[in-house]
Amino acid sequence: MRNRILILAGLALCLAALTWPVWRALASAPAPAPSLARPVGATRCVAPVGFMRTSHMTLLAEWRDRVVRDGVRTYTDADGRVVTMSLSGTCLRACHADKTKFCDRCHDYAGVKPTCWGCHVVPTATGAIVSGPAAPSRSSRPGAAL
Amino acid sequence: MLEKALAGGRRYWAWIAGLAAVACAGAWCYALQLQTGLGMTGLSRDVTWGLYIAQFTFFVGVAASAVMVVLPYYLHDYKVFGRVTILGEFLAITSVVMCGLFIFVDMGQPSRVLNVLRYPTPWSMMFWDMVALGGYLILNVVITRVSLEAERNDTAPPRWIRPVIVLSIPWAISIHTVTAFLYNGLPGRSFWLTAILAPRFLASAFAAGPALLILLCLAARRWWSLRIADEAIRKIALIVAYAMAVHVFFVLLEVFTVFYSQVPEHVDHFRYLYAGLDGHTALVPWMWTSACLAVVALVLLIVPSTRTSEPTLAGACVAVFVSLWIDKGLGLVVGGFVPSPLGAVTDYVPTWPEMMITAGVWALGAIMVTGFFKVTAEVRAGER
Amino acid sequence: MSATRRCFLRMAGSAAAAAATGAALGCASPAAATRRWAMAIDVRKCLELDGCRACIDACHQAHNVPAIPDRAHEVKWIWKEPFERTFAIEDPDTVTAALRGREVLVFCNHCDNPPCVRVCPTQATWKRDDGVVAIDEHRCIGCRYCVAACPYGSRSFNFVDPRPFLVHTTSEYPTRTRGVVEKCNLCEERLAKGQPPACVRACPGGAMLFGDLRDPDSEIRKTLAARYSIRRKPELGTRPQVYYVI
Repeated sequence: MRNRILILAGLALCLAALTWPVWRALASAPAPAPSLARPVGATRCVAPVGFMRTSHMTLLAEWRDRVVRDGVRTYTDADGRVVTMSLSGTCLRACHADKTKFCDRCHDYAGVKPTCWGCHVVPTATGAIVSGPAAPSRSSRPGAAL
Repeated sequence: MLEKALAGGRRYWAWIAGLAAVACAGAWCYALQLQTGLGMTGLSRDVTWGLYIAQFTFFVGVAASAVMVVLPYYLHDYKVFGRVTILGEFLAITSVVMCGLFIFVDMGQPSRVLNVLRYPTPWSMMFWDMVALGGYLILNVVITRVSLEAERNDTAPPRWIRPVIVLSIPWAISIHTVTAFLYNGLPGRSFWLTAILAPRFLASAFAAGPALLILLCLAARRWWSLRIADEAIRKIALIVAYAMAVHVFFVLLEVFTVFYSQVPEHVDHFRYLYAGLDGHTALVPWMWTSACLAVVALVLLIVPSTRTSEPTLAGACVAVFVSLWIDKGLGLVVGGFVPSPLGAVTDYVPTWPEMMITAGVWALGAIMVTGFFKVTAEVRAGER
Repeated sequence: MSATRRCFLRMAGSAAAAAATGAALGCASPAAATRRWAMAIDVRKCLELDGCRACIDACHQAHNVPAIPDRAHEVKWIWKEPFERTFAIEDPDTVTAALRGREVLVFCNHCDNPPCVRVCPTQATWKRDDGVVAIDEHRCIGCRYCVAACPYGSRSFNFVDPRPFLVHTTSEYPTRTRGVVEKCNLCEERLAKGQPPACVRACPGGAMLFGDLRDPDSEIRKTLAARYSIRRKPELGTRPQVYYVI
């Protein structure tokens, strides 16, 4: 093999560059665990905390498919409680009122960027949510032709 | 085998570098498109497919046209094509890759494109198009690899490759038929709702693809002294002549049906393309250029003396290629969208970044085809 | 108007019953499996409210439909088109004076045989048992094949990020992301709660009638039996489920 040294050095360099983030993470001190805002009022989630911590995205994806594809809107948890399957309407409004101090803190810590919020709207704390049809706007002139 | 493409002189590398620069510019524009969305293109609510999908359609044709050199050689034992079949197959591989890229850059949510595989949908023509193109790519990669290997070792190719090659013949027809089905199964789009669309696609493909192959062969013969017999080129030229004549005939059949029946929904699309509708004439000069080039090409190809002389043949091939590129790569897709189902006439003009992305894909294709032809030339140079 | 309400009270009742039986399975089953929703628009009643946009505003607010000024990138679920264009009339002079040059409501027809569903390569759009042609915005790859397939121009593609163009944002319904297709969903989120579509509720003139075609006693069936109605491009075999009562 010609240029053996060059080839091996190139391979090693490439490998080092590819695994660089791993080495850097191992070398630096672990980041402090995020302090999350606990829900006020609510005491139990729809599933054990341990499960939710690791697998809430699976549960949410399942909820998503049940609601969107099967038209099923309610979920009965292990304790028999029936909740509406809705990220904005149930999770955020009923329990985790401050997304920035709960969802975002942990997502930032874990370095993940869920695309959910690209569409799903965070309810505002002030309750200034516009919903339902607005007052009908119509011009004063009723159709003359009919 | 592919490393043989790296053995080139200064001019070879300058050509590759130039193409790479265009491809990079295209990639940069695509990054821009990823950030801003397809709103960056000239597409609109009324004309939702444009340059990208049109290029896809055109290159499916180029890919399918390999069958025009493969079929005579393998089914009719036409020995003269022995040295060009592999070039046709290389051109097919390149075209299929370009098709995939054109589809990819057209997606609104490219990160989700694998959903097509996660949720296979047999009633969607797009699913079958993916199956057909994917299969055709694999077939041609296997075929070229095995044939060239045999050629390099100066041995006969293994016997099992023959059925694979024979399978690639109907497969080639299928890719362009399914691509036509993408369009002509839509109830509200009268321009495409015609059973002659698939035959028309095939005819134009069998003219444009081999025309490009002739041009590439002439270039490779001149610059890399790749040995290609005059007789082979003359025969391909004859194929182009017949296919082009059939294509023009099919278009005229369409014109008769549309204008004699005078069904407005059908007439309007042709009027938009060739005369303009409601003062919108963006495509009119293009369509007439295409029509004139088709006539010029036909004359040059039908008259034996101009078909056999190299410069006029090259000119005819350029005319065929450009004419059909306009017809299929511009008019066919956009013409189907104008007027819209609600009668709106909206001109489509691609934006600069959109054209740059398209050019980038073309450049990538050109790099691939250069490499493939170079490999073939090197393998054959070794024989001597 | 009151007729629509009555119809809905009945529907809400059966929805509760279905929910009770479904509860044993751990979740409520969809209540609408045996229904076939349809819409009838009383064109003359609608025209009496000249310039009215109540249904359009109600729909677009309830579903976070953006107001994009650039016509090329427009997103709309329900809007008005001239009568002659809607029904592809070649010679407008022969149209009755009451309708000539006037605008009628257009939106997704929720076809019984929808071409958009047939072409979608990922089943991101499909027809539900109750006739609603739904879109799964999570699955859409943005190929726009459905836009090409729809013979009514009912589908919009998000060429740009819609969020900056929202006038009001409700958290009751998601917005869309760039690069997906959207259209009228027949207010399936409201149907699930036993409410009529937002447009129907917002109409001040009672010009929009919504109901179940499989129920022979429904108000919509009675209206369609009593009066002459037309549909858009019925010759295409798509069987649109929006009826225009003339």
